[in-house]
Amino acid sequence: MSMNSGMYIELGHFALILAFAVAIVQAIIPLIGAHKRWPGWMAIAGPAANVQFVLTAAAFAALTYAFVMSDFSLKVVYANSHTDKPMLYKVAGVWGNHEGSMLLWVLILSLFGVMAAWFGGNLPATLKARVLAVQSSISVAFLGFILFTSNPFLRLETPPFNGLGLNPLLQDPGLAFHPPFLYLGYVGLSMSFSFAIAALIEGRVDAAWARWVRPWTLAAWIFLTIGIGLGSWWAYYELGWGGFWFWDSVENASFMPWLISAALLHSAIVVEKRESLKSWTILLSILAFGFSLSGAFIVRSGILTSVHAFATDPERGMYILFILAFFTGGSLILFAVRSHALEAKGIFSLASREAALVLNNILLAVAAFVVFFGTVWPLIAEIAFERKLSVGAPWFNMAFTPFMIALAIALPIGAILPWKRAKLKRAIKSMSGIFALALALAVLAWVMQTGHTAFGPVGIFLGSWIVFGAIYDFWMRTGRGAVSVRLSRAFRLPRADWGKVVAHGGLGITMIGISCLMAWQQEDIRVAQLNQPFTVGDYEVTLLEVHRERGPNYITTIGEMNVTKNGKLEAHLFPEKRIYPVQGMPTTEAAIDNGMFRDLYLVIGDEQNNGGWAVRTYIKPFASWIWAGALLMAIGGILSLTDRRYRVAAGARKSTSAIVAPAE
Amino acid sequence: MKKLIFILVFLAGPAFAVLPSEVLDDPVLEARARALSQELKCVVCQGENIDESNAGIAHDLRILVRERLTDGASDQDVLDFIVSRYGEYVLMRPTFKGGNIALYLAGPVMLLLGFILAFVYLRTRTSGQIASGVELSDDENQRLQEILKE
Repeated sequence: MSMNSGMYIELGHFALILAFAVAIVQAIIPLIGAHKRWPGWMAIAGPAANVQFVLTAAAFAALTYAFVMSDFSLKVVYANSHTDKPMLYKVAGVWGNHEGSMLLWVLILSLFGVMAAWFGGNLPATLKARVLAVQSSISVAFLGFILFTSNPFLRLETPPFNGLGLNPLLQDPGLAFHPPFLYLGYVGLSMSFSFAIAALIEGRVDAAWARWVRPWTLAAWIFLTIGIGLGSWWAYYELGWGGFWFWDSVENASFMPWLISAALLHSAIVVEKRESLKSWTILLSILAFGFSLSGAFIVRSGILTSVHAFATDPERGMYILFILAFFTGGSLILFAVRSHALEAKGIFSLASREAALVLNNILLAVAAFVVFFGTVWPLIAEIAFERKLSVGAPWFNMAFTPFMIALAIALPIGAILPWKRAKLKRAIKSMSGIFALALALAVLAWVMQTGHTAFGPVGIFLGSWIVFGAIYDFWMRTGRGAVSVRLSRAFRLPRADWGKVVAHGGLGITMIGISCLMAWQQEDIRVAQLNQPFTVGDYEVTLLEVHRERGPNYITTIGEMNVTKNGKLEAHLFPEKRIYPVQGMPTTEAAIDNGMFRDLYLVIGDEQNNGGWAVRTYIKPFASWIWAGALLMAIGGILSLTDRRYRVAAGARKSTSAIVAPAE
Repeated sequence: MKKLIFILVFLAGPAFAVLPSEVLDDPVLEARARALSQELKCVVCQGENIDESNAGIAHDLRILVRERLTDGASDQDVLDFIVSRYGEYVLMRPTFKGGNIALYLAGPVMLLLGFILAFVYLRTRTSGQIASGVELSDDENQRLQEILKE
């Protein structure tokens, strides 16, 4: 290998070290500047954030290039890539391993930092300097973590001819893009954290602060929603039995920040509109990022055994535990010392939108803590009582579900309560029609079902209560008058109102999907003979033919199957079973016919000694509603994010200097 | 390398959880066996129950559960028997005993605490105390109004 060909790797490595140095400067100088009111020192933050981002991006580009070119002189490329791998997965391989995923993490961290520098033009100078400094201190911690414990730029003296390949389970488009979205979410919460710490140092939180923080939290929450949705969808179609949520510790690590950031989104509304719940909002910002860091700790240290733990290394675990203790502990101490400076202004009664949002926050925050407790309990039990035990899905379902039921019952009423002072009775009365409608649907489901489970009807009641409640709330906002007038008014309502109805409706739809799927799924496991139809529920299934094929880096067994209902063809499906010879690992590629009200889910297994093939058939009612709801929640978030009030906030500084304010 | 070993040990083998040969003829017993399988952890896997797992030991445990059920054992008998062999680690739902009580009570206690704190806080909010804190300057107030004005 010539000197020249590997040069870019050393440049990337060098860029990463430089980024570390720049981050240290950015974490210290602006903080001192803000304290002493030295404009020059504060002004360093912006350019430093830009340089830090460019350097980190250069390092990331170098690593990506190494993966694309299959440069096996790099240890991570050798361990995680292979020349036969399709290009998409060569690129996805960059973050499909510990070192690369941490580099992606700091890239996103510096990206958020630089975006705050770009769009934070109207922030008060001291606040901006402090936000960027705090954000950069997180960069310092993680760049140090990479350089000292997880360096992706380590070389091999004699590059091997080929790599070890990537886990075939991870070779899937759904999973290739699932980690970047989750990281955008986790790291996005660092922004609200930095704003919270900066506000604590400033000793001031006001409506404008909440308006600056909310878009960042919203963006992080949207990314988390998409990331979690993609991960769960991947599990559904890839793992071969259609499970969509396992309460695995790594899933929980992403779910806890999601719950807390959902709480934070709502409490920030109260700060923005009513100047109340300030210190609580700050605390939530700290907790949200704290949960993100614990998630990183859980995933990276492998301390809790989990299917996803691909880096089991105590040294790394200790380092992240230190980062977690420093940022969470330090900020909580700062909070204890400084939060009294944040006094609330607004007054409100027990029946008011504010109080309803407090209830929302209690339920979401306690639910997140329940998940946290269940996730770390095996560790606590082992240390405190020397008991080796497990906490799995049955416990989580039992402990977590009541909170969601309570949330679902309260949500539609809370959402229509006016600010400050409301008449609870009147609100409940106005919703009685919606209540009756949801109840009627549930009773209908109860009568139509064959078994006697209450789970499905209850889920349908709660879900439709939320969906219709959200629509009713939105419709009432259009005021009085003819339908056509109200419709045209609806399109002039703020985007935030649209976001509210879509996101809340999405939650209801996800709830309906989950409860119907869990209550009424049908399953059939059997040895199917060729061309001999068998019955599953209302459907007739036939295995027509089975053959083997060769893929780019795998060998596959493909079954051809027909599903009919009342003699009419419903679906023509090709379930597969693949073997990846490099890893000697089989994967199932279920064939799914997605429908509005049911998914048909077929899996083919091994050929039997005495003829026929093992086949699994599932009928999964309302399965697609789970992800449709998640998508709606994300879209609702995006609508809310594009509300012009945030752009007005962003442009406010300009209008103060403008001589003539443009009329709208 | 660790990853490769992990894959070879845990994930190789037939990519199928419950095999057709395991399924009991009696649908009621089979349904009970499936429900029990979801309460039992596959001891060599990470976070999977024996119903979902493809590992050999999960297969053996599924057979064991079905044998016991066919012999007329109750659900609790089966769980007790498997715990006596493999320890409480196999239970997906921890027992409500000893220190585990804390796990079960954590949620309700925190909820109660949350309600009490919220109630105390809301009372101060409703009684009309307006705290001072750091007041905004006139200039800042003006800018705040401009920003908030839609």
